[in-house]
Amino acid sequence: MTALTPVAPVPETVPVTPRRRGRPRLWRAVVLALAALYFLVPLAASFWYTVHNEATGLSFAPYAELWAAEGFLPSLLLSFGLALATIVLVLLLTLPAMITVRLAAPRLRPVMEVICTLPLVVPPITLVAGVGKSLQAGGEVLAPTPFWATLIALQDQDFPLVLVFVYVILVLPFVYRSLDAGLRTMDVRTLVEAARNLGASWPHVMLRVIVPNLRTALAGAAFLTLALVLGEYTVASILGYQPFAVWIVTISGAKGQLSVAASVLSLLLTWLLLLTISGGSRDRSA
Amino acid sequence: MRRILGALPLLVFVALAFGIPAVAMVAGAFTVEGSPGFGNLALTLRGGYLTALGNSVKLSAVVALLGSVLGTFLAQAVVTSRSRALREAVLTASGVLANFGGVPLAFFWVATLGNSGVVSGLLGLPSGSLFTFWGLALVYLYFSVPLMVLVIAPALDGLRPQWREAAANNGATAWQYWRYVALPVLTPGLLGGVVLLFGSAFAAYATASAMGAGTVLPLVTLKIAAALSGDVQTGFENVGLALSLDMVLVAALVMAVYLPLQRRSTRWLQ
Repeated sequence: MTALTPVAPVPETVPVTPRRRGRPRLWRAVVLALAALYFLVPLAASFWYTVHNEATGLSFAPYAELWAAEGFLPSLLLSFGLALATIVLVLLLTLPAMITVRLAAPRLRPVMEVICTLPLVVPPITLVAGVGKSLQAGGEVLAPTPFWATLIALQDQDFPLVLVFVYVILVLPFVYRSLDAGLRTMDVRTLVEAARNLGASWPHVMLRVIVPNLRTALAGAAFLTLALVLGEYTVASILGYQPFAVWIVTISGAKGQLSVAASVLSLLLTWLLLLTISGGSRDRSA
Repeated sequence: MRRILGALPLLVFVALAFGIPAVAMVAGAFTVEGSPGFGNLALTLRGGYLTALGNSVKLSAVVALLGSVLGTFLAQAVVTSRSRALREAVLTASGVLANFGGVPLAFFWVATLGNSGVVSGLLGLPSGSLFTFWGLALVYLYFSVPLMVLVIAPALDGLRPQWREAAANNGATAWQYWRYVALPVLTPGLLGGVVLLFGSAFAAYATASAMGAGTVLPLVTLKIAAALSGDVQTGFENVGLALSLDMVLVAALVMAVYLPLQRRSTRWLQ
């Protein structure tokens, strides 16, 4: 194959040129137009749905109403809190593990890959089925022991740690891939050995040498986790908590317009977060 | 032991937060009224549960096939376009929309094509059109097509112009180029995409649940939720766990096909 790679572009034969130039443009235009229609119409229609109704005509009131709606702010804050805790925990767990595997225990690498791929095999609804069952069984078994209090603390209504634990498992594959891609671009061993030889302590190595080099990968992992946790519905609704996505469904029965407005808001939020990631990674390559 | 100290917290965490629920699920699935047995699993392969499982598989297969074909055409249109801005815009939008399943997606489509939706009013669609098999497939494609674009765009980028030129110089027509050169190179990526789309549609719960699809099109995820919350009858939790086990088996099969394919598809792209 490589032998064929031309230095100068291969001239196309004359009769082929006009036909080839003309036809692809047409199908490309058709495909792009249909895609634009399919993807943009629901966005436009939803926005129209939120700002227009028969009774009041055009009005942005639903968006103002959203801020005052009961449960909006607490559920949004709970979602952000859960996301923050998930990000901190998942990074604290994965980063040291991945560095260790690279430096000291390469034989653990297949184990790590399996562990960080497994959650992909288990759909969230089945994971939460298992979690619900364990909490229930744990309640029966642990009732007479001091661990009972731990189990109750896990399920605290104000800040359910159990959700954070489940989310960490769910985002593990994405975080692993992001960090793995980041670690591939740097020579971890040389950097760590150089820093250690110069007398840096392990925490110093991690915070001042590894983390700055991994900025983009860490930010990518963090933002993706944030986006996934903010939109998460399955686990929270089945375990009976009310973060943002569950709240949207709760109000949909009584106030359809509000729930669509909240959906528009949540898409904008996701959009901003993911644009920040791709913007951040572009800055670095530029 | 000291060597793996840094990896220990993660291993312990996964063993607890993932291992315990997994064991609980399997144990529950095989427990019938307190004693071990296959009764729950047998129950999941009969009647309404089997229908739900079949619906889920059918819906996911339709979405996977349609989504991968449409996604590939869209990706090809973008990849071969000379406009950098278009490419960036579509790929970024795909990144957002592929992660945009769940509740908001359901409400977007309800506002658009639902019974009092904006577009269904304009088109004069009969009430309930969205809440059918094809309606749900239309909604699922909204995150499946972008996912396919993300999966297949790098593979399409990897088709070197030299291959097309070499084929053309040897007298191949465009059809022959696609049939004998491009498609064989793309096959692992395409199949991987189909399998990934199947898996994500199969696992989807939030969208169908928020749309209230359970009554018109029972899906396995909705059945699990109903069994867990005791909506149907109490004591059906273990049936929910058995259904979960069925799902995990299907998903495991999906990943067992996907991962090797993904590894193969990257081979040509280096």
